[in-house]
Amino acid sequence: MLRDEDRIFQNIYGFEGAGLTSAKGRGDWDNTAELIKKGRDWVIEEVKASGLRGRGGAGFPTGLKWSFMPKESDGRPHYLVVNADESEPGTCKDRDIMRHEPHKLLEGCLLAGFAMGAHACYIYVRGEFIREREALQRAVDEAYEAGLLGKNAAGSGWDYDIYVHHGAGAYICGEETALIESLEGKKGQPRLKPPFPANMGLYGCPTTVNNVESIAVAPTICRRGGSWFAGLGREGNTGTKLFCISGHVNNPCNVEEEMGIPLKELLEKHAGGVRGGWDNLLAVIPGGSSVPLLPKEICDTVLMDFDSLKDVQSGLGTAAVIVMDKSTDIIKAIARISHFYKHESCGQCTPCREGTGWMWRVLERMAAGRAQAKEIDMLLQVTKQIEGHTICALGDAAAWPVQGLIRHFRPVIEERLANGPMQEAAE
Amino acid sequence: MSVRRLNEEQPSEFAFTPENLSWAEGQIAKYPEGRQASAIIPLLWQAQKQAGGWLPEPAIRHIADMLDMPYIRALEVATFYTMFNLSPVGEHFVQLCGTTPCWLRGADELKDVCRKMIGEQGEITEDGKLSWLEVECLGACVNAPMVQINDDFYEDLTAKKFEQILNDLRQGNEVATGPQNSRRASEPEGGLTVLKGDK
Repeated sequence: MLRDEDRIFQNIYGFEGAGLTSAKGRGDWDNTAELIKKGRDWVIEEVKASGLRGRGGAGFPTGLKWSFMPKESDGRPHYLVVNADESEPGTCKDRDIMRHEPHKLLEGCLLAGFAMGAHACYIYVRGEFIREREALQRAVDEAYEAGLLGKNAAGSGWDYDIYVHHGAGAYICGEETALIESLEGKKGQPRLKPPFPANMGLYGCPTTVNNVESIAVAPTICRRGGSWFAGLGREGNTGTKLFCISGHVNNPCNVEEEMGIPLKELLEKHAGGVRGGWDNLLAVIPGGSSVPLLPKEICDTVLMDFDSLKDVQSGLGTAAVIVMDKSTDIIKAIARISHFYKHESCGQCTPCREGTGWMWRVLERMAAGRAQAKEIDMLLQVTKQIEGHTICALGDAAAWPVQGLIRHFRPVIEERLANGPMQEAAE
Repeated sequence: MSVRRLNEEQPSEFAFTPENLSWAEGQIAKYPEGRQASAIIPLLWQAQKQAGGWLPEPAIRHIADMLDMPYIRALEVATFYTMFNLSPVGEHFVQLCGTTPCWLRGADELKDVCRKMIGEQGEITEDGKLSWLEVECLGACVNAPMVQINDDFYEDLTAKKFEQILNDLRQGNEVATGPQNSRRASEPEGGLTVLKGDK
């Protein structure tokens, strides 16, 4: 198990204050100027050496992403945009960072912004997080008052402004180009790429969009060294990670653990185990609603990191672990996820706009036993026609949970349909 | 996507109060010159607050004028983002999370409470105090099931506790926000497993 001194978020539960004095007591803003004086390349190299992969779901190497920003400005300003539009079902970690550890995020914004030549940063907070937004704004105000932001931020010689912005209830704005559109005052509909945001992002200027957690761990990585972070977990899957454990466990919770912790250990050590014992486990969605579920026999041994979960045809996503015990109607559970994607599709691409609703309606019928057995293959085929045929990954995210259901629980669907009213009609 | 239409009955006009107007100017100043359209979501949100929880059509035009935007662009934003209520809501507007993590822990029972105490989705109680809507994941999944009422989250709910909260709100009693069991935030109930330190 990860030692407490290796946990980055010492106040993730909020038992101590979130204010500047408490934050400084935890080591935040400790001589930030010295880190900045080591130079832009040094910061990027440390983050690269840490092996940090983006914590928002896709797992792209963070240091590499920062290095895509132009080295010299061509006259256009550079922007850092922080994606705090946390809305992936199962995920509630950035919320805790904003309300309990906001200064880690702000200091990270300064370091990351400096590393990419940005003087301004927008933090896009999901609309529903009203109290979290207020907490974050309080921290920003405090930081300005203490000279940690603004002109010559933290005495570093670098001018830096942070603005808190918010959305109004659209999951799609967690997609980086939709977020940029929304921040420009439009509907949040994803853009075609290329051009990529690093060349043409916010207001047509070079922009990098990062998840809250990715940014908030950067100061600790710079202080303790990329090699410290890289020493946790395993190659390609390094560091610590905030896990959100929800669903049928005895004690749902958030917890920071080492990457690659076995799923079973994660659930039993921190969440009080599966309700009714490990053998009562039916399935786990290991990385937020977008990733395919895993049946118990895989959960017995799987490790919680990007590559291990990819090997079992799922993904780490946001590390939001949704646990379902044997009392769960698994078809209904996935149908509800399909409803979510139907509701959140932005409507831009036909396969997603039409397909998400179609999948949801078929799954609702399947849950009620009112479908023909041949529709299972038809449903699978439709998921393949959505996956990879849309501008952004929402189409994929809607298709994968359904594919996972059919892959692992096909007999359950078949059994329900066999007992349903439509089999006779088919025969 | 969801079907979203403006309410049939609309007030004839809308204007920000002087306080909200100066607040709005502060918001617009966050964005570079010529990029004032960026402020549209915060401004529409403030207008919704001022109008009592929903966004009347004259408010959308008022803000479009303020930001020098064509009306259609502002209407697009108002109808795209689902937190803008396009018709009136109760004084205490309940957004009930029904997505899978909350559903697994009893969101359906909370829906029954809403039906019993308020009525169907979108209906406002006769006293104007309550209305409810099922929404998608609100991002407090380890504290499921939960609802948002106006600006606050009410987490770790049971049907009984939720009923009591609705009653208290209706009667104007003070109600504690956040987790409704012994938890402070997202820590496991019944004892920490990490960061025990000196706490």
